[in-house]
Amino acid sequence: MPKEKRLSLPDAIERFIPDNSRIVMGASLESVIPFAAGHEIMRQGRRDLTLVGPISDILFDQIIGAGCVRKVQAAWVGNVITGSGYNFRRAVESGRLETEDHTNLTVSLALRAAAMGVPFLPTRTALGSDLFRTNPGLKTTTCPFTGDRLTAVAAIQPDVAVLHVQRSDVYGHAHAWGNLGISREACLAAHNIILTAEEIVDPDVITSDPNRVVVPGFRVGAVVHAPWGAHPSPVPGHYNRDHQAFLDYREASKTPKDFTEWKAKWVDGVGSPEDYAELLGRERMAQLAIKEHDYSEPVDYGC
Amino acid sequence: MAAEPTKTAGGDYTLAELMVAAAAREIADGEVVFVGMRLPLLGFLVAKSLHAPEAVGVYELGIIRESLASEPILTMGDLPNLRRSHWLADTADMMALLGRGDVDVSFIGGAQVDRFGNLNTTLIGRPDRIETRLPGSGGACDLACLARRHIIIMAHRKHRFVDRVDYITSPGYGDGGDWRRRVGLARGGPSAVITTLGVLRFEPDTREMVLASVHPGATPETIRDNTGWALRSASDPRTTPPPTAGELAMIRRFDPHQYWTR
Repeated sequence: MPKEKRLSLPDAIERFIPDNSRIVMGASLESVIPFAAGHEIMRQGRRDLTLVGPISDILFDQIIGAGCVRKVQAAWVGNVITGSGYNFRRAVESGRLETEDHTNLTVSLALRAAAMGVPFLPTRTALGSDLFRTNPGLKTTTCPFTGDRLTAVAAIQPDVAVLHVQRSDVYGHAHAWGNLGISREACLAAHNIILTAEEIVDPDVITSDPNRVVVPGFRVGAVVHAPWGAHPSPVPGHYNRDHQAFLDYREASKTPKDFTEWKAKWVDGVGSPEDYAELLGRERMAQLAIKEHDYSEPVDYGC
Repeated sequence: MAAEPTKTAGGDYTLAELMVAAAAREIADGEVVFVGMRLPLLGFLVAKSLHAPEAVGVYELGIIRESLASEPILTMGDLPNLRRSHWLADTADMMALLGRGDVDVSFIGGAQVDRFGNLNTTLIGRPDRIETRLPGSGGACDLACLARRHIIIMAHRKHRFVDRVDYITSPGYGDGGDWRRRVGLARGGPSAVITTLGVLRFEPDTREMVLASVHPGATPETIRDNTGWALRSASDPRTTPPPTAGELAMIRRFDPHQYWTR
């Protein structure tokens, strides 16, 4: 039998994310963002992290605001429904934060290159843009076959990918459904994978539908039971997006003082999923819950 | 990026609603549309429900929809946009459609645009002396490079419509003419700029932006006053047609609380 990998969230972060780590998070773009894991990183006061991601929404802004981050390699950092990420802005404008500007496609290719063990992958995106001026991982190159001008995207090798999924067994075999963003290449590229899961299930549940598995379980380092672990982002089959939380965060991050108060309440004051649920409140959780279930037809893997 | 808060254009609709209607009309039936956030998202839904029922929506986070979502959404990742969609997959799969040339049209917003339609959503100032840091490209640079055409939607202000953007996040026509071909971009470029004052298009040879239509309530003079270079007009700029009753009904169906169109 494989090794059981179930850990508490504090233990998983403590063990797999030391200072100076390069972490890819928020790989599904607007959906299934691992907020609980990000908040634990903030509670543990990690320093000098490099964050890698596509659009990232407000999670990156929060971890940056907590002073954990030295560098961001991402396509977009902000608040999707309101615009600017104020902590990100403050950190960049004051020179505290280094950035490498990607696009959703180049960050995907950078991780895919690392996943395949090659130093770069070519693409036609970004040609003519100024991204080459603010990202040393992008260079123009000439195709050895056609002579075409191309963009070479250097591999990005993360230490850890943090992925939130609907269900996992204790060995790291997990089901995720919904849009996947750059989750697959993020996990294949990273040295280690932390899964946070809405549910911990029997291994038979996972093997009943192997097409639903997103990462090779043998490469997973830790499995964490984290119900509501992606709130306020949406998780198919579990809860809807909490738009109000994103609107509130805009106000709560406008000044460093506001952000400190927000963090004291929503991060520092939370020790467990139960604490978080209490803070959120039964009524709000009921509002966000799935109102009308819509199950897929089972498929037959029999022989 | 959203247009800045908009004022009523006159009549029974807001300026944002006029812009959504103008965006919707840029989509032809059967086209494959790389759908962005905010007003463009609404524009796609309006087109799809009225004159372009066969349009296909491609969403960068890994969603393809050939039908409308059952409920209004604020972000592409909201669960109604996933439910009963036609493909849930990887961002790389959506980018492959872009890369091969399968995407007809896309939409983006920006903080700064210049006379050749280059768009900046990264920084104001210089990379070594940043005055204002903006969120960045997201997928905007990808669609500006790889879609068959794209449409820019933004607020029309002098500090936003500049002679030369501080930073090219999403390439338009560079410094004009055949610049795209010279830098290696095989196709595409902006076909229209829908602003809070009018609609602008690009001259076929020079690729310079010219005024094509003026929104009700605006004038060519106010548009020139709010543009940071000597903007030229098409020989006969028309008036942007106001949203029809049908378009307004759809806009209000998809943005029932006027989150984007107040």
